Amino acid sequence: MDEIQSLLHGFVVALSLKNLALMFVGIVLGVIIGVLPGLGGANGVAILLPLTFSMAQSPGGTTSAIILLSCIYWGALFGGAITSILFNIPGEPWSVATTFDGYPLAQQGRAGNALTAAFTSSFIGALVAVIVITFLSPIVASFALEFGPPEFFAVYLLTFCAFIGMSKEPPFKTLASMMLGFALAAVGTDPVTGALRMTFGTEKLLNGFDFLVAVIGLFGIGEILLTLEEGLEFKGTRAKINMRVVLETWKELPRYWLTSLRSAAVGCFMGIVPGGATPASFMSYGVARRFSPDGDKFGTGMVEGVVAPETAAHAAGTSALLPMLTLGVPGSPTAAVLLGGLLIWGLQPGPLLFVEQKDFVWGLIASMYLGNIAGLIVVLTCVPLFAAILRIPFSVIAPVIIVICAIGSYTVHNSIFDVWMMVVFGVAGYVFKKLNYPLAPLVLAIVLGDRAEASFRQAMLVSQGELGVFFSNALVGTMTGLALALLFWPLASWALGRFRPSA
Amino acid sequence: MSTEGEKRPAFGHKSAEMVVAALFFLLGAIAVWDSVRLGARWADDGPQAGYFPFYIGLIVCAASAVNLALAWLSPRQKDRTFVEVGQLKLVLTVLVPAAIYVALVGWTGIYVASALYIGFFMRWLGKYPWWKVVAVSIGNSVVFFLIFEIWFKVPLPKGPLENLLGVG
Repeated sequence: MDEIQSLLHGFVVALSLKNLALMFVGIVLGVIIGVLPGLGGANGVAILLPLTFSMAQSPGGTTSAIILLSCIYWGALFGGAITSILFNIPGEPWSVATTFDGYPLAQQGRAGNALTAAFTSSFIGALVAVIVITFLSPIVASFALEFGPPEFFAVYLLTFCAFIGMSKEPPFKTLASMMLGFALAAVGTDPVTGALRMTFGTEKLLNGFDFLVAVIGLFGIGEILLTLEEGLEFKGTRAKINMRVVLETWKELPRYWLTSLRSAAVGCFMGIVPGGATPASFMSYGVARRFSPDGDKFGTGMVEGVVAPETAAHAAGTSALLPMLTLGVPGSPTAAVLLGGLLIWGLQPGPLLFVEQKDFVWGLIASMYLGNIAGLIVVLTCVPLFAAILRIPFSVIAPVIIVICAIGSYTVHNSIFDVWMMVVFGVAGYVFKKLNYPLAPLVLAIVLGDRAEASFRQAMLVSQGELGVFFSNALVGTMTGLALALLFWPLASWALGRFRPSA
Repeated sequence: MSTEGEKRPAFGHKSAEMVVAALFFLLGAIAVWDSVRLGARWADDGPQAGYFPFYIGLIVCAASAVNLALAWLSPRQKDRTFVEVGQLKLVLTVLVPAAIYVALVGWTGIYVASALYIGFFMRWLGKYPWWKVVAVSIGNSVVFFLIFEIWFKVPLPKGPLENLLGVG
């Protein structure tokens, strides 16, 4: 049991006083970020990433930095449930399904039960995902050690084709948005030849578009603009959680063990293949409704309807880190930002991480166990405090959030040009959201663009320009084939629907 | 905010779709054009600098052409509202001051600009009494100053006021 040994070592790393303190700071910040409109996991981590640049320089600092940032992510995952249940406003896209039954429960005066159920199932979902990561990631990593450039490109291809095949958005919009991301990633100095691409003589574009600025603009400013359309008022129900309500709910929860298990499985699967937390939460809500004996009462305030999406969302959000760590391919936008952080700190995500940076990897995995326990305690005890944040009027909170976003964009490269780019990306994010252009593949393409291009070019160099290299052995052939199948899946299902007689 | 005029559509969904698809096409075309300039072929030493972006640009153009066509073909009767006049006004009341704010940052530094921006927002949209406006906007900048300059030692843009106070 090598994994157990490594994990115990990881706990030694994560249990230092400094790391524990960072864990709590991260969770609290994360919940606040998750509660605030316009700030979410991805852009919250993006804004705080520059603050870790100096932290990561000290010995062991990268581990502390990743613990801080990943705990912000866990906190944001927890925080999304608070706004969905109390205010009927999903703080995060993956909490939309939580509003279906969470808000009716709150209106019936059972907000405490709904919140306890949400937090507990989030915790269970995350726990299952972390266990999966603990035992599966060393296997995936050792498998991936054998990968060459063609295999890596096939993994990238699979990731991006999965977005087209599995997303709810129209496939051609997904394709356009993803390829725009690759084009933006290509701007600047070509890493191989040093040629300047698409800079058009301006110095400002020499370094290309930074994905952190794009994330802050697309998700942060875009979200604020969308929220504004709904008006300036938030109306919410009050919630109090005391020990009695918690225990009462915990007594009820074991009844839904099958739903939890099913949702956790859906979540882990959707997190590892880049489906993401949002579709996972919807999917498991749908599955739970179909299989539950009270299925027809879903939507009127069933605790089970809160358990299903929350378990899945948290499981997916957590397991999205598995491909990020082992293959260098993130499963969600927030995982993409964390991957960007690793690159900035000078770590190479991918299978070698498990060989060369044992402290880092296992410290992070151990911190996932601890961080989620810390998270559960923090949210259960401090809900009224976090809910109070949403009672701050929007005319105060909106400009403050925009100021925070501006500071975040500026600190990436100390450049005001980046702040302008943030505004441009913000408008783009607003329009894309309204027109159903998905943002996740765009962000992933900006982050992975250079690496995907590099592995493509290396593979082509090996094969002297023959595309056949992507089918040259069973492994790479299977991945490429699977990728192409996913790519053409929307076309196939459209054709099937067309030729099948309409019922 | 619920008068008749405010609910009027400012843009239709269909025209918004078409404009965005056309912009995508334009960006794709720029990528293709610049890649051809750099060389998008196979040279003796492997792919040229424009090889990868060339195909990326082509796919952007192709995908947005399909999107444009789909938007064009969508029936007029089914056209939904993209944004209502009232909503657009609200969005612009954030966006325009935000742009002015970014322009101000380069001139007065981020702390003064942020205080002005938050103050303007609270007074104009929130109709708060002046003492609250002043307290929140200046308090916010002081807190950020402490966090970034003192605690994390991350220098943010500063202007004449900070120089005057001797902290620039």
